[in-house]
Amino acid sequence: MNYTYYAGCSLHATGREFDLSARAVCGRLGIGLAEIPDWNCCGASPAHSTSHLLAVALSARNLALAEAQGAGDIVVPCAACYQRLAVARKELGEDPGLREQVARITGRDYAGRAGVRSLLEVLGGLDTEHLKAQVTRPLGGLKAACYYGCLLVRPPAVTGFDDPEDPRSMDDLVRLAGAEPVPWGYKTECCGAAHGVANEPVTLKLVRDILEVARRAGADCLVCACPLCQNNLDARQEHVNRVFGTDFGLPVLYFTQLLGWAFGLSDRDLGLDKLFVKFRPGV
Amino acid sequence: MPRTGVFVCWCGSNIGGVVDCPGLAAEAARLPGVVISVDEKYMCSAPGQNKIIEAVREHRLNRVVVASCSPRLHEETFRKVLARAGLNPYLVEMANIREHCTWVHGPEPERARVKALSLIRRAAAKANRLQPLSGSRIPVTRRCLVIGGGIAGLQAALDVADAGHEVVLVEREPTLGGNMAKLDKTFPTLDCSACINTPKMVSAASHPNIRLYTWAEVESLTGYIGNFEAAIRQKARYVDHEKCTGCGICWEKCPTRVPSEFDAGMGDRKAIYIPFPQAVPNKPVIDREHCRYFKTGKCRICQKLCPTGAVDYEQEEETAVEKVGAVVAATGFSLFDWAGAYGEYGYGKYPDVITGLQFERLVNAAGPTGGKVRRPSDGAVPQTVVFVKCVGSRDEAKGRAYCSRICCMYTAKHALQVLEKVPGARVFVFYMDVRTAGKGYEEFYQRAVREGAVYVRGRVSKIYRDGGRLVVKGADTLLGRPVEVDADLVVLATAVEPAAGAAAVVRLLGVNADQDGFFQEAHPKLRPVETHTGGVFLAGACQAPRDIPDTVAQAGGAAAKVAGLLSRPELVTSPMVSSVNEALCSGCLLCVPVCPYRALEAGVITERINHHPARERVVVKVNTGLCQGCGACNAACRSGAVEVRGFTNEQILAELEALCL
Ligand SMILES: Cc1cc2nc3c(=O)[nH]c(=O)nc-3n(C[C@H](O)[C@H](O)[C@H](O)COP(=O)(O)OP(=O)(O)OC[C@H]3O[C@@H](n4cnc5c(N)ncnc54)[C@H](O)[C@@H]3O)c2cc1C
Ligand code: SF4
Ligand code: SF4
Repeated sequence: MNYTYYAGCSLHATGREFDLSARAVCGRLGIGLAEIPDWNCCGASPAHSTSHLLAVALSARNLALAEAQGAGDIVVPCAACYQRLAVARKELGEDPGLREQVARITGRDYAGRAGVRSLLEVLGGLDTEHLKAQVTRPLGGLKAACYYGCLLVRPPAVTGFDDPEDPRSMDDLVRLAGAEPVPWGYKTECCGAAHGVANEPVTLKLVRDILEVARRAGADCLVCACPLCQNNLDARQEHVNRVFGTDFGLPVLYFTQLLGWAFGLSDRDLGLDKLFVKFRPGV
Repeated sequence: MPRTGVFVCWCGSNIGGVVDCPGLAAEAARLPGVVISVDEKYMCSAPGQNKIIEAVREHRLNRVVVASCSPRLHEETFRKVLARAGLNPYLVEMANIREHCTWVHGPEPERARVKALSLIRRAAAKANRLQPLSGSRIPVTRRCLVIGGGIAGLQAALDVADAGHEVVLVEREPTLGGNMAKLDKTFPTLDCSACINTPKMVSAASHPNIRLYTWAEVESLTGYIGNFEAAIRQKARYVDHEKCTGCGICWEKCPTRVPSEFDAGMGDRKAIYIPFPQAVPNKPVIDREHCRYFKTGKCRICQKLCPTGAVDYEQEEETAVEKVGAVVAATGFSLFDWAGAYGEYGYGKYPDVITGLQFERLVNAAGPTGGKVRRPSDGAVPQTVVFVKCVGSRDEAKGRAYCSRICCMYTAKHALQVLEKVPGARVFVFYMDVRTAGKGYEEFYQRAVREGAVYVRGRVSKIYRDGGRLVVKGADTLLGRPVEVDADLVVLATAVEPAAGAAAVVRLLGVNADQDGFFQEAHPKLRPVETHTGGVFLAGACQAPRDIPDTVAQAGGAAAKVAGLLSRPELVTSPMVSSVNEALCSGCLLCVPVCPYRALEAGVITERINHHPARERVVVKVNTGLCQGCGACNAACRSGAVEVRGFTNEQILAELEALCL
């Protein structure tokens, strides 16, 4: 199975390990990823809070390039990129006027043939036997709190691959990897990443709450699907501990890293060495 | 020769504030056939009506045009005026220059004036061609069918029965009582629901004028006002109620436990059961789906133990036919299925998130916990209880747009009950608004606040389980802050919806439903218990969400209408129904399937043309009792043989000509 691959900016910088692990896991599963040549920013948060047209146009250019490449649907690991591309696809499909306007701006038309799918959706949709067959190092009942964040499954009219209030696709994958997804209430709560610079106290509290609820639910680690969430929850733990007098030490990893680990891939291949709170299952 | 009078109404400033009524009257005076034209502030008032009567006498008028509001509002009024003036009431024609003109064209008075004049011209042209009409008489079966045995149906049935007419009361559950029977206490007086409801159930069952069917449904209704025929399907109970004494041995010994519908799943019942101890009738039915004997062919315990040999697994359902003259729909309400829509409240997977109706069962002394407030998960007495209002109400995204009207009050009641029954309990109520219009209602709500219920203005965004407790996250919009409450029990005030199966009843009765599925009244203010189908009336929550006081009042109103209808041995039908010109009818019968009221059927006439021998010929016949005068047949008839009286082709063409030429 082949997809056009849109990694986005984060996966080339702070979220490098998401890119590494996504490619490694897909490679193992026989999924071909062809990166879009000359892709640009998807327009997440800054663009769509300043100009709707700019936001759609940025994503539309990527969509058009991907379509021209003709390598199948576009698969996107990052939750924010996925959401932006999916929103643009929906709006362009519903509004021929907008599609024309955007085509004039970008110089390319997107006819809507290439779909947009999140990597979680694609992996979650694979045959379970096929997935299970790759598991050589099951996680031995490790308790994982699957954290979907606020963007990945919302709004349902745009995303639609999982339940917006109680998503389960990541839980299912984690279970296949031999871990035990814990039921918890903060699967889709906001982590406040967007306010990390402008209003840090708010972000710290939101991060604390998520970690707290996960820990009380008995989680040994958090699993996520968004470079912003991951970075926010992982890198800020020390700061949270200092401010709130807590002692969190919960590894926060990408679901692709967890899967890759179960597939027996090396820490290096999965970028596990890049985590702030180290992931050492069984230790 | 028509001598037509035109009467232009100001309707205060509704019409008079936009167009010049005296000017309109002056112009109308020049229309063909018009002999006098005047204006008046309120034509429907006593001086206005008298003005018409005097003008009829003075100018020997034989046609009247009233240019005022919609005929839906006052056509009947002016017909009566004509009758008092000594004219046939059908010689009046209305020009609607309010709803169709000044209300919508207020900003353009000049164009409104031109349009008003066109409408009057149309009405005068038709008036000149009006013919006197009179209805036919039909006999009335002086019995009434009431569908639904909740408090609405009980009250309506008792009132009609007390007025001396026979009533057929049909309830689809094994017992009378409806939702009210499930309640513990009732706001705003906190009197016990059973104490006021069960006596009515007993009276209805023992009333000599009431024929009771429970565990039964109306399968079809044919006929028309005064002359309906209902087929009632009596579902098999597998217990012969003639023999059964209600001793209770069977349900005590039955080995099969099933979640009780009556307890809203908070408790169990047996496979052979009465829904609750005070049920009427107090005799059981077997739930075939769960009964061990029906499932496996083994058991028969109830049959073996029954001292009177009443259990009969071979019993079959039966259909009875009842003739009635009027029908009251009282099918009540059910509650919105929140679990399917509110994922943020856990999709129903947390046992301690319950509905208000389930809470009623938990506080009810006759309920599964004997009236002790215990949460379903572990039976512990909850110390912190959170109530969430407007779950599915006033929420178009997930539920219904409307306000369910009863929840503010019953939530205040529930809050009081928790505070009274659980010493030291903490109660939080999340609300959007507190709506307490009703006698003694605001005082009742204030009492809940005084006794310690904490009202938080804001919606609940999430409920999740954290260990053994529930966390309720919401916003306090008055403080502008997110709030979080750890709760032991959460009670959702879920939206009131039409009863399950209401749509089928709507079709059965040939009435309309509103956009939410509630039964549509004929007029929201002036005909609140009538429907557009003659002889069919409404009572209770099937028409809109309402509490017990309003339900009882409306049921009494419906009963009064029924009693009025049944007090007469005969009815005069509307003459504005279709009629067939048999000479023109070719018998093609194209109109028959077109009629939505099934009022047309083939008939045979014998005719003799010139000197040919007499022969038989098929023509269409109209049942004037069924015909509603909609005109569908008129449009379908190729030879113009079917016409609706009062809307003949000649009249309509004259109107068009006056409007367009
Ligand atoms: C949690 C809760 C608490 C409440 N507390 C109060 C209170 O304290 N005070 C107050 O004034 N009001 C209260 N109410 C409102 C009260 O329950 C209603 O006003 C009342 O029940 C309406 O009566 P009804 O007869 O119209 O409808 P229902 O009680 O719903 O009765 C309708 C009956 O019709 C039957 N039926 C339905 N369809 C058919 C059919 N097709 N054929 C035959 N039978 C059919 C049903 O089985 C039912 O028996 C409360 C409501 C709720 C949900
Ligand atoms: S045991 Fe027989 S008589 Fe007694 S309640 Fe049951 S069916 Fe009726
Ligand atoms: S036959 Fe059915 S209803 Fe009777 S006792 Fe057995 S399970 Fe209960």
